[in-house]
Amino acid sequence: MKKSLQLIGEYYLLMRQVFQKPDKGRIFWKQYAVESQKLILDSIPIIGIISLFIGAVIVIQTANNMGNPFIPKMYVGYMARECLVLEFCSTMIALVLAGKIGSNIASEIGSMRITEQIDAMDMMGVNSANYLILPKIAASVTLSPFLMLISFFLGLIGGAAIVIFTGIITYSQYIDGLQFAFKVFYIYYSMIKMAVFGFLITSVAAFFGYYATGGSLGVGRSSTKAIVVSSVLILIFDLVLTELIL
Amino acid sequence: MIKANHLYKSFDGKPVLSDISIEYKPGECSLIIGASGSGKTVLLKTLVGLYKPDGGEIWYENKLLTALDSKSKKELHKEIGMLFQGSALFDFATVEENVMFPMNFFTDWSLEQKMERVNFCLKRVNLENVNKKMPSELSGGMQKRVGIARAIALNPKYLFCDEPNSGLDPSTSILIDNLIREITQEYGITTVINTHDMNSVLEIGDKVGFIYSGKLLWEGSSRDILKSECRELNDFVFASKMAKLLKSYV
Ligand SMILES: Nc1ncnc2c1ncn2[C@@H]1O[C@H](COP(=O)(O)OP(=O)(O)O)[C@@H](O)[C@H]1O
Ligand SMILES: [Mg+2]
Repeated sequence: MKKSLQLIGEYYLLMRQVFQKPDKGRIFWKQYAVESQKLILDSIPIIGIISLFIGAVIVIQTANNMGNPFIPKMYVGYMARECLVLEFCSTMIALVLAGKIGSNIASEIGSMRITEQIDAMDMMGVNSANYLILPKIAASVTLSPFLMLISFFLGLIGGAAIVIFTGIITYSQYIDGLQFAFKVFYIYYSMIKMAVFGFLITSVAAFFGYYATGGSLGVGRSSTKAIVVSSVLILIFDLVLTELIL
Repeated sequence: MIKANHLYKSFDGKPVLSDISIEYKPGECSLIIGASGSGKTVLLKTLVGLYKPDGGEIWYENKLLTALDSKSKKELHKEIGMLFQGSALFDFATVEENVMFPMNFFTDWSLEQKMERVNFCLKRVNLENVNKKMPSELSGGMQKRVGIARAIALNPKYLFCDEPNSGLDPSTSILIDNLIREITQEYGITTVINTHDMNSVLEIGDKVGFIYSGKLLWEGSSRDILKSECRELNDFVFASKMAKLLKSYV
């Protein structure tokens, strides 16, 4: 208990160092571009593949489990859409990102810590936390909501593909379902959630990396911790945000 | 001038530095020698402000480091160049970008001006045609030299080197030592060097301090070191049988 309070305190202090005005705006934007590429753009393929398949699977599962002939078939499309937009495209994708970019960030910053590269920056008078971490957080918070949109879109396409391929319901039933009782607000809700998750993943991973100790083993440990802690936080915040927003 | 009075530092209750007082002058190479694990790195990092001492004062001219707010500390750090034990080159950047790194932050120079300075610094450490290489493609000695080039990029008033020749062959070691001494004298830098290499001590030590489990046991010039009466120092200096034999002849 005392340990975790201490961690929260240290996390807060680090974030205060991170959220300061960058020494040079131009350097910040350059890093922002680099991180956007590394954290977000490079994640599109894996997110895309997962979303296509999950979209297809959700459609099959829903169709197979709706044995009741009185429920119109178009509800399969409706349910798939709701599943995707409400939970899958934000929470599930965030968990995948926690593994992919969380471990990447923690090990990158952690190895810079143990090889004294972070000390070297501090010695130059550069705010290392600000230079290394702020661009990652900024890229992740501003752009991961678009990952959610991409995931949603591809999930629906995956569903459509399986509908056409297997004929489990007709394509027009599927499309009718997708359009049924459509609430744009849900998409905003999901994008907001994703921005919060993006912050959690990057800041938590950066935190564990920044305070890594104990050689390369320590770097490994800190990236494992980063994934575990950010995954749990994602689930907790999912609950909290759902209560707050919906 | 750098001056420290009665420094104390411990980690998790384990004392690493106790009651260390030093004074270093511009244009001189001051050495800190001692066995590995004796606290040299901790002393160096405490002197530059990477670690906060538990007690004591550190003065840079008339600035009290231990009392500076983070902004003034940052300003002071711009005047300090540091060479780390493992060189600590940024592995995401080329040699030239490493040396240019502090310039990007703290100067408004044009790219040509920066390149001119980068090439000057690299030439000063006898490195040419490596501008576009990544640190991992260089030998240990070359990495150290890039580290020095980066440390002097913005004309520091103070230079700290943590074991500049650990892991280097004797001739490369001497090359690096001489380089540091030349730079120190040429620009009137206050230089502090950690080492456990006796060759460096005799080669470049204007002033030598010996630390033994966190205490400063002996201080003097590199000439006096061979005549000292301090038992721990003698054990350190004349560690090998060969050296003991030589000493008995002198
Ligand atoms: N960050 C740290 N946390 C805990 N103990 C440390 C830390 N840094 C150094 N020490 C301990 O301080 C002692 C001196 O270490 P150091 O200054 O690195 O020795 P050296 O003279 O070889 O440079 C060692 O016993 C080391 O275990
Ligand atoms: Mg050391």
